[in-house]
Amino acid sequence: MHMDIMAQFMLILPELLLAAGIVVLMLIGAFSGERSYTVITVLAIGVMIAAVIMLITLPLQGTAFGTALICDAFGRFMKIMALTAAFIVLIMSVGAARAGKFDKFEFPVLVLLSCLGMLLMISAGNMLSLYLGLELHSLALYVMAALDRDNARSAEAGLKYFILGSLASGLLLYGISLLYGYSGGHIDFTGLSQVLRKDPPQLGLIFGLVFVLAGLAFKISAVPFHMWTPDVYEGAPTPISAFFATAAKIAAVAVIVRLVIMCFGAAAPVAGSMPAWQQIIVFIALASMFLGAFAGIAQRNIKRLMAYSSITHIGYILVGLAAGTIIGVTSVLLYLLIYAVIMLGCFAFILAMNTESGPVEKIDDLAGLSRTNPFMAGAMSLFMFSLAGIPPLSGFFGKWYVFSAAVQAHFVVLAVAGMIAAVIAAFYYLRIVKIMWVDEPKGRFLAMPKELQLVLWLSGLFTLFYFLAGIWFLPWAETAAKSLF
Amino acid sequence: MQINIAHYLTIAAILLTTGILGVFVNRRNVIAILMSIELILLAVNLNFVAFSAALHDLVGQIFALFVLTVAAAESAIGLAILVLFFRNKGSVAAEDANVMKG
Repeated sequence: MHMDIMAQFMLILPELLLAAGIVVLMLIGAFSGERSYTVITVLAIGVMIAAVIMLITLPLQGTAFGTALICDAFGRFMKIMALTAAFIVLIMSVGAARAGKFDKFEFPVLVLLSCLGMLLMISAGNMLSLYLGLELHSLALYVMAALDRDNARSAEAGLKYFILGSLASGLLLYGISLLYGYSGGHIDFTGLSQVLRKDPPQLGLIFGLVFVLAGLAFKISAVPFHMWTPDVYEGAPTPISAFFATAAKIAAVAVIVRLVIMCFGAAAPVAGSMPAWQQIIVFIALASMFLGAFAGIAQRNIKRLMAYSSITHIGYILVGLAAGTIIGVTSVLLYLLIYAVIMLGCFAFILAMNTESGPVEKIDDLAGLSRTNPFMAGAMSLFMFSLAGIPPLSGFFGKWYVFSAAVQAHFVVLAVAGMIAAVIAAFYYLRIVKIMWVDEPKGRFLAMPKELQLVLWLSGLFTLFYFLAGIWFLPWAETAAKSLF
Repeated sequence: MQINIAHYLTIAAILLTTGILGVFVNRRNVIAILMSIELILLAVNLNFVAFSAALHDLVGQIFALFVLTVAAAESAIGLAILVLFFRNKGSVAAEDANVMKG
């Protein structure tokens, strides 16, 4: 298939826009110095909104530059979600960046760089562009985790994330090198999937597949590669934890879904049971759901709790992926959408936990919030009920989609285990609700900034009325899922 | 003795194992951890180049060049974060990264 070069550039127009924006904003920042934080943040948000509009209005499809980049409905869905989450996080971060003294122009530029990496890895069509996109994304994230330079916790978070992240990239690369060699020189997903289809599967290829999935499991913080998540969420500045929990997670899940469905999905079953990828995904789904549910119970810091909660939710997302069907992928997409919206709301709430003596993070600081600030307490209770999966809130529908996809693919045990894990995890969500509504108030929070209020409202309304609006998202996610098969 | 692809793969596997052990067993010094990570990337490069030569296919060597470039960027960022850590803690020992636990 031959396409002229202009048509190929048209396909990656949003990426080009971001890349040009990064260069221009970096120059503006370098010339005008420290004071340019506000201008650069506004411009960065503008660039991201322009990219989202471009993705919505230009539904181009095809592959660009050989097999390097694939533009399809799935990629568009994921890119729109990731970019929207990213610019909402940037809007939420302004107040916290000023208060925490990391209001430097590098911050919005790093967010843009990381977004460019996300877009490239979401549309990656071969292992080289996957690796480069992933690294561009991760390198920016390492720096962002350590952005609060005078804070020992932030530096420690950056260091831990960097070491474990580069180790994971190393494992991913080792897997890619094995896949490349044992497939006879393929690095593109379609070529690899044809080699993987052969029965019986070759041992070298299975090793490669295991290494690649281990590297990606780290990026989505699935058990047993989750160790960094609580420390990084706790240590990194709160807006950056919000970025990790939403945009970065969406992009990493997009990569693992595309790779599993387009490349590993064709693999022949090992020893007459499931194919190798399915065995791995089922195992890490089970492990993530239960570890996140149990380890979260002992947490006293709300950011750490959100980290363990994100590990559990990655488990549910992987249940949908384990099904490996169109319905399974649709359920993954909807779950991600629902989860990202709730997380944006939760982090808007955490960012608003400011007392007169500064920001607080302990769950006990929420005591009696229903009397001092009923709006915040009400919204947070809504999110907690939704994360616990109580109908008719959005979280219930997310769980319902993934579990029904698993049951239809004959993974009944997995779905039942997921429901048990959900009941265990409900304990810590409901405990927060109890602390807010039953305990005696200890102190007051400062008034919430306007932008956080807006995010809390939007995300609360989405959570509450998803059962009406869901009809509108379902066909969109279905088209996106179908484009992968 | 004829040197063939299996020898290269064995060396790469040994390098990879050394690197992974270096990250997890070493508690003394973060710089040694950074070196272990470089070792892992070198193992990968050796794999790519060996496969590339054996298969008469250039993609592996191109991949290795990209990996080298990214590895350079990665160590620059790693050392920068380490400087930050040292300024806050006054040490580069891995066991001092212990403020957050659980």
